[in-house]
Amino acid sequence: MEWGKILAFVAGIMMLFFLWPAYKHHQQNGKQAEKGDWNAAIFAIGGVVLFVLLLIMSVR
Amino acid sequence: MNQFNSVVATRPNADVANKVLKNTYILLSATLAFSAVMALVSMSLAVPPIAYMISVIASMVLGIFVLPRTANSSTGIGVIFLVTGLLGFGLGSILSMYLALPKGPQIIATAMGGTGIIFLGLSAYAMTTKRDFSFMGGFLFAGMMVLVIAMLANIFLEMPALAMAVSGGIILVMSGFILFDTSRIINGGETNYIMATYGLYLSIFNIFISLLQLLGMMSNDD
Repeated sequence: MEWGKILAFVAGIMMLFFLWPAYKHHQQNGKQAEKGDWNAAIFAIGGVVLFVLLLIMSVR
Repeated sequence: MNQFNSVVATRPNADVANKVLKNTYILLSATLAFSAVMALVSMSLAVPPIAYMISVIASMVLGIFVLPRTANSSTGIGVIFLVTGLLGFGLGSILSMYLALPKGPQIIATAMGGTGIIFLGLSAYAMTTKRDFSFMGGFLFAGMMVLVIAMLANIFLEMPALAMAVSGGIILVMSGFILFDTSRIINGGETNYIMATYGLYLSIFNIFISLLQLLGMMSNDD
């Protein structure tokens, strides 16, 4: 296996060790979504999706 | 009277949040500029692509173990410049690779402009809307773990479609993190501007890298 792949694997494993406690903390202590919160988030993320599609079309 | 008290009581919090937001954007601008300088240094030295993974691991170690312990002191400013400088230095080797592609300069410029627009758009949205996006934390960290597992699997599978899906997924999750982090600053969930800068910087960096990868792959697809 190449060195680049070994380092990417190490970085990925380290990231998982960092993400797991953060995930558990937010699941247990995080704020609960109120009515309309998810719609507002999906609206913004949907805008990003459309914008990225536009960027892809511009380089093809 | 109660209304008056609540106005008086919330005023200091709003001032603190504004101060944290202002300091965060000043430090974010400085660290982004420093990263760009380090990327130029790395490009002029023609460092090999492996420098990217080494700098990512080194900056991750600093970001996880050193930065949270120093973020409440002036040492934290030095550490965040070290972290972002390392990431910028590693990025230089990737940019050199893209510059060698036929549409390389166009891809880099598009990814850079696109990242800027996504960040400014989402920040403005989080600041102007009345919503508090801090509820997204669990979902975003879970999404990131799924993407990291997919990325690890693709080291062995080497599937271009999976690499593309992971890049797209990272852009969406990091966009969510921009909403989440900005909301936390505005609503007083994050009062340390060094940690706030680190969170936003990582989102911008990951969006840029993933856009670069996505646009690079899509521009080759005939």
